[in-house]
Amino acid sequence: MKRLLVGTLLAASLMASPAFAGSHGGITACLITKTDTNPFFVKMREGATAKAEELGITLKSFAGKVDGDHETQVAAIETCIADGASGILLTASDTSSIVSAVTQAREAGLLVIALDTPLEPINSADATFATDNFLAGELIGKWAAATLGDAAADAKIAMLDLAVSQPTVGVLRDQGFLQGFGIELGDPNKWGDETDPRIVGHDVTAGNEEGGRRAMENLLAKDPLINVVYTINEPAASGAYEALKAIGRENDVLIVSVDGGCPGVQNVKEGVIGATSQQYPLLMASLGIEAIKRWADDGTKPEPTPGKQFFDTGVALVTDMPVDGVDSIDTTEGTNLCWG
Amino acid sequence: MSKTKISDPAATAPESVVDFSEENPSVLTRVQHALHETPALVPLIVLVLSIVVFGVLLGSKFFSPFALTLILQQVAIVGIVGSAQSLVIITAGIDLSVGAIMVLSSVVMGQAAFRYGIPVELAVVIGLTVGSICGYINGWLVAVMKLPPFIVTLGMWQIVLATNFLYSANETIRSQDIARDAALLQFFGRKVQIGGAVFTFGVIFLVLLVLVLAYVLRHTAWGRHVYAVGDDPEAAELSGVNVKGVLISVYTLAGLICAFAGWALIGRIGSVSPTSGQLANIESITAVVIGGISLFGGRGSILGMFFGALIVGVFSLGLRLLGADAQWTFLLIGVLIIAAVALDQWIRRVAV
Repeated sequence: MKRLLVGTLLAASLMASPAFAGSHGGITACLITKTDTNPFFVKMREGATAKAEELGITLKSFAGKVDGDHETQVAAIETCIADGASGILLTASDTSSIVSAVTQAREAGLLVIALDTPLEPINSADATFATDNFLAGELIGKWAAATLGDAAADAKIAMLDLAVSQPTVGVLRDQGFLQGFGIELGDPNKWGDETDPRIVGHDVTAGNEEGGRRAMENLLAKDPLINVVYTINEPAASGAYEALKAIGRENDVLIVSVDGGCPGVQNVKEGVIGATSQQYPLLMASLGIEAIKRWADDGTKPEPTPGKQFFDTGVALVTDMPVDGVDSIDTTEGTNLCWG
Repeated sequence: MSKTKISDPAATAPESVVDFSEENPSVLTRVQHALHETPALVPLIVLVLSIVVFGVLLGSKFFSPFALTLILQQVAIVGIVGSAQSLVIITAGIDLSVGAIMVLSSVVMGQAAFRYGIPVELAVVIGLTVGSICGYINGWLVAVMKLPPFIVTLGMWQIVLATNFLYSANETIRSQDIARDAALLQFFGRKVQIGGAVFTFGVIFLVLLVLVLAYVLRHTAWGRHVYAVGDDPEAAELSGVNVKGVLISVYTLAGLICAFAGWALIGRIGSVSPTSGQLANIESITAVVIGGISLFGGRGSILGMFFGALIVGVFSLGLRLLGADAQWTFLLIGVLIIAAVALDQWIRRVAV
């Protein structure tokens, strides 16, 4: 029965996987992303596909239907084990629940690398290739504080986060921002426990325009004089901007964000967003494929960046209004490096 | 078939009570009757109560023209989609594809204008047409192929959503580009300001839509047929109602309304974003159920849905302003849904 089930799953996933490359023999690698529609993951797949072709690796791509689709990801891991893949690159939707499936894969001899999103605990995967999200937040926090100058002392800050479940990526960016801005943190593993009166409030956006607008409106109803807005990503920032525009305050509020997608960088260029921290999904994926190749060839595992629990794939602050003390690149360079 | 008159219960209840009772009916029976006669009454009471409670707790922060009209803006999309959902549910159907149709329509409008350079007026028409076609397919499958609405729209939801992602490659069209090249797409985002109160065109459209549909459902032959089909399709057929025609027209109209919601969505969020509206189907069903429309069809009013949507909006903003965790909102909405359905069952037991 179980075999039948696995077989069915396998067949179903193969049919559902447009990136399936046909040729057998040699090294096989799997890429499992949260969705296959978000430009971030599309770029990740591009990077993985190009590198796999270059190295002669068969790449199979899987994705959840929506962000948060945990079961499809588990089924994908099982499929990869059954398929005899050498390694899995995974951006997990549910970072702690996926661990049992990941352990199963590692016990079967697969190298599992978490891309972009660390698992909980982080050492559940063989390695993690990710953006330093705390640093990404810290950069925009420092930039915002330096841009405001003395006014930073009585700023009114809106925090537009990802979700009430407080996924790690959202917490790291949020807390990084606050630290960079010079606000004392409570427990750095969660947001919302800070006591600094400059924080008007935290609200959640689901990381899209609609949620960004709603969250901004809610916080503006709390305090219409907000003048600094932290956003989890650029779509949320663009929603927040619409809410501010609706009350005519879009020009006296500083919006900062994280991601570095092409529409986001364009928004920085046009002054909608003040500054954004850019991350590099393509690099994560191509490095991941190289690591699987090495693992298959001689069994070496990738090492984390010294001083960190993961391999840092880099982050850069994109802004056209650089400040002293914070390194940044301008939007022209940001556009060359942007994804999606 | 039930009447859906919205009026003072005191005006209608005595008449109907006099008809059948020699011995004095209990207060509870009277209430039951009043609710049966005017299904929008319960949500209206809950709405007023919740506004009063949050008003007392939060004072002027909540009880300001700004905050109250903000709630209207926040429920505008759900309200418009909920109008479509109401029509379908009154026919004893359900439409799980409403949100997907909305998003696809908005994406088609955006892509038509930006990818193909079609004049924006025409792009809007194309988007509205696409929505109507999706609705028509739903209606045809339900009415002609006799497939259950739940299954048809469950499938359609997936199909439309996947089409949306494949077609758009999940790429956002930026607000600033739309404002520059195709401002008509943001039509429903324009606003009228009266003091602190802000009414977007989207809100005004919602109110007009609800009023027009309420009138049509109550005072036209088509409207009565919609209720008749929902109440008992066989009886309706026997009394000469074209059941197939009515069903197809309802689903097609629902598709068109969803497409308008897609247009209004662009106005609200500024950009064309394929990831928006993921929960619009659930949110619209929530508004419909809290609004007292019976999931078994044939009973309920569109005004109730409007109040239902507002209740959700009031709770969401009120609880956020109180600083409560967003999960409390969901918890309370869940309680309201179950309470509303329980109440519906109780009202159904009334002897007519």
